[in-house]
Amino acid sequence: MSLFEYILNYKIFGATYFKLQKIKEQIFFKYPKSWNTDIFAPPLKIGSYTKELISSHYLEGRFVKGVKPVAWVTSGAPVEILKALGFYILYPENHGALCGAKKVAVDLCVEAEKRGYSIDICSYSRTDFGSIFSGKTPVGKLPKPDLLLTCSNICQTVLYWYQVLSHYFKVPLLIIDTPFLYEKAKDYEIEYVKKQLEDSIPICEKVAKKNLNFKKLKKVVKLSKEATELWFEIIKTAKNKPSPISVFDQFIHMAPIVEMRGEEKTVKFYNILLNELKDRISNGIGAVKNEKKRVLWDNLPIWYKIKFFSEFLAENGVAVVASTYTNAWGELCSLIDPDRPIESVSKTYLHPILNRSTKDKLYTIFNMIDEFSIDGVILHSDRSCKPYSIGQIDQRKKFIEKKQIPAILIESDHNDSRAFSDEQIKNRLLTLIEMME
Amino acid sequence: MVSLGIDAGSTTIKIIGIDKNKKIVFEKIENTEPDIDKQVKRLLKNIKISEIKIVVTGYGSNLIKFATKKVTEITCHATGAFYYFKKGGTLIDIGGQDSKVVIISDNGKVLDFTMNDKCAAGTGRFLENIAWRLKIPVERMGDIALNSEKEVNISSTCAVFAESEVISMLARGEELEAVIKGLHRALVKRIGAMANSLNIFPPLILSGGVSKNKAIQRMLKEELGFNILIPENPQIIGAYGAAILGIDRI
Ligand code: SF4
Repeated sequence: MSLFEYILNYKIFGATYFKLQKIKEQIFFKYPKSWNTDIFAPPLKIGSYTKELISSHYLEGRFVKGVKPVAWVTSGAPVEILKALGFYILYPENHGALCGAKKVAVDLCVEAEKRGYSIDICSYSRTDFGSIFSGKTPVGKLPKPDLLLTCSNICQTVLYWYQVLSHYFKVPLLIIDTPFLYEKAKDYEIEYVKKQLEDSIPICEKVAKKNLNFKKLKKVVKLSKEATELWFEIIKTAKNKPSPISVFDQFIHMAPIVEMRGEEKTVKFYNILLNELKDRISNGIGAVKNEKKRVLWDNLPIWYKIKFFSEFLAENGVAVVASTYTNAWGELCSLIDPDRPIESVSKTYLHPILNRSTKDKLYTIFNMIDEFSIDGVILHSDRSCKPYSIGQIDQRKKFIEKKQIPAILIESDHNDSRAFSDEQIKNRLLTLIEMME
Repeated sequence: MVSLGIDAGSTTIKIIGIDKNKKIVFEKIENTEPDIDKQVKRLLKNIKISEIKIVVTGYGSNLIKFATKKVTEITCHATGAFYYFKKGGTLIDIGGQDSKVVIISDNGKVLDFTMNDKCAAGTGRFLENIAWRLKIPVERMGDIALNSEKEVNISSTCAVFAESEVISMLARGEELEAVIKGLHRALVKRIGAMANSLNIFPPLILSGGVSKNKAIQRMLKEELGFNILIPENPQIIGAYGAAILGIDRI
C-alpha cells in the first residue's frame, strides 16, 4: 500500500465520509430499527461518534500497511510504547467481539476448528484464527502484523495464541510476563515487568525504524490516564437512580478505551459522552425507562445476544448498571503516572482483575454492590474464559450469604453462540427477577 | 375451585385445581402432546375456565395462551413444596429432562437454586435410556437396584457414554442388578454434587417423577444425610405451587 493510497482513501475520502455520516446522523437523528421506546430512553447521541471512530479505525487498517508499522496486541497489553512509536494497533479480541456482535463469529470458529483447533479453546482465538485462515472479516481486511505483543495479565491462552500468530506471520513476538497477584504487587514484581518493558523498547524501535521519544511517551501515558479517568467517571454515573447508562450501552461504547488509549480523540470522545450522561442525570432520564431493580453483570458480554439481554431485562424493569468487565478499564486509572511512564505502566498492567486473586475479585464486587445499590447479580460463566469464570460458584454463594441478594449463574460463551440455550437462560433470568421482587 | 396450576413439562403435563382453602380438588397428569394448548383445553373441557385463575409454568407454558399468568418452575416448585409441607428446606426435583435444587426459606421464599437442564445426566432420561436399552420397564428399575447386594461403579457421567459402558459391562459378565444399582448411584452422585454447590439444609423434599423411585430416595438420603419428605404424588408439586400463586403471592 502506498502513502498516496493511504492519504486518499483513509485520510481524505474515508475520514471525511465517516465525519459527514456522523454529522448527518446527528442532525437527522433517527431511532435505530426496532428500538423499543416503551422500555428504553432514546439511544445515546454519542452512538454516531462511536460508529465514526470504530469505522475509521478499521478503515485505516485497510490502507495502513507500508505506511505505519502494524502491531497486533492483546487487550491487556501495555501499548503505550507502541503508540509513542507511531504503530497502528490492532486488537484481535476487539475484532473478535465485533465478529461476535455481527453474528459471524461461529462461522469463523468453524474455520479454525476445521484446521484442528479445539472447540475448548477461547472463542476469541478461534474467531481470530478463522478470520486469518479464511480471510473473512466484517471490516473488509485486516492489516498483517509487523510485531506481536502479548501479556500474561489476562490469561494463558494469549501466550499460545500469539505463538501461533508469530509462527504464521513470521514476525517477532514480545511476551510481557506479569506475575499473578495474590496480594498487592511487590516492588520486585513491578521491577520485573519494568525490566521487560525496557528490554522490549529496542525491538519495537527496530520494527518501527525510529527511536522512542520519551516526551512523546509521557504524552501518550498522560492521554491514557485521562481517557481511563473519564471512562471510570462515566461508569460511575450509573450510581444515579435511574441510571443514565446501562451496562449494555457501556459494552458498545467501551471500544475506544480498549483500542484507542493514549490518543487525543479518545479523550475528546469520552468528554462528550460524560457530558451527555450528566445532562441525562439532571433531567432524570434513565437508560431503562421503568428502572425497578438494579443488577450487576460479571464476566464478558455475550456479544451476539446484547439486544436479547437488554430488552428482556428492561421489559421486566431491570437495569443492568454495573459490570466487572467495563469497570476493569477504569478502575486502575489512579495507578497511571505520566511522569514515571514505564514504572507506572508496569504497575498498572500488573493489576487487571484477571491478574488478581479471586478473593480480590470478590471484594471488588462487594464494593460495587454497595456503591451501585445492586439488587441482584448475573454471573456469566463463560465457557471460553476460564480465568474469569473460576471462583464464580463460591462468589455467587457469598453474594447470597453476605449481601443477601440473589445471584444466578448462566452458562454460555461470549462469542460462540453454540453454547447459548435461549429457553434455559430465560428461565434463569425470570427466576432472578421473581427472587428480587 | 378457585385456581388452576398447569405445569407443562417436556415429558408430562400436570394440572391441579384448588379450592379457596388450597385443598386439591382437581388433578390430571398425562404425557405431553405436541399441541399443548389443545391438550390442556381437552383436559379442562368440563371446567368453566373463565371464572378461574390459571397460572402456568414449565417449558410448554408459553404455548398455553389462555393463562392468567406465567411463573417460573423454581418459584412454583418452592411454593408448592412449602404449602404442602408447611416448612422450608431443600427441594430436589428430578424430572424427565431436567433436575433442580431449590433452597426454600421458612417463609416460603426461594433463597437459592441450581438447575441442570443442558445435559441428560442427572435427569430421569439417564435411567430411562438404559431401561429402554435393557428392555426393563423404567418403574421397576428402583426395585431391581434395591434388591442387589452388589454395586458396580459406573464411571461415565454422560448419559450416552454410560449406555455403552453398561452394555460392555454386561458383556463382560457383570450382574444386571449390580449394574442398575451402580447407575442409580451415578445419578444420585450427580444430583448430590449439584445440591452441594448450594448451602443446603434439612429437610430434603423430593419431587418430580423420578423421586417415586425407592432406590433414588434411599441413596439421596445416604448421600446428603438429611431426612426426606415426599409428597403423596411427587409429580404435582410444581402445578400445586402454580395453583397457589393464582390466589396468593408469598
Ligand atoms: S481466555 Fe478470556 S482473557 Fe483470555 S483471550 Fe479469551 S476471553 Fe480474553
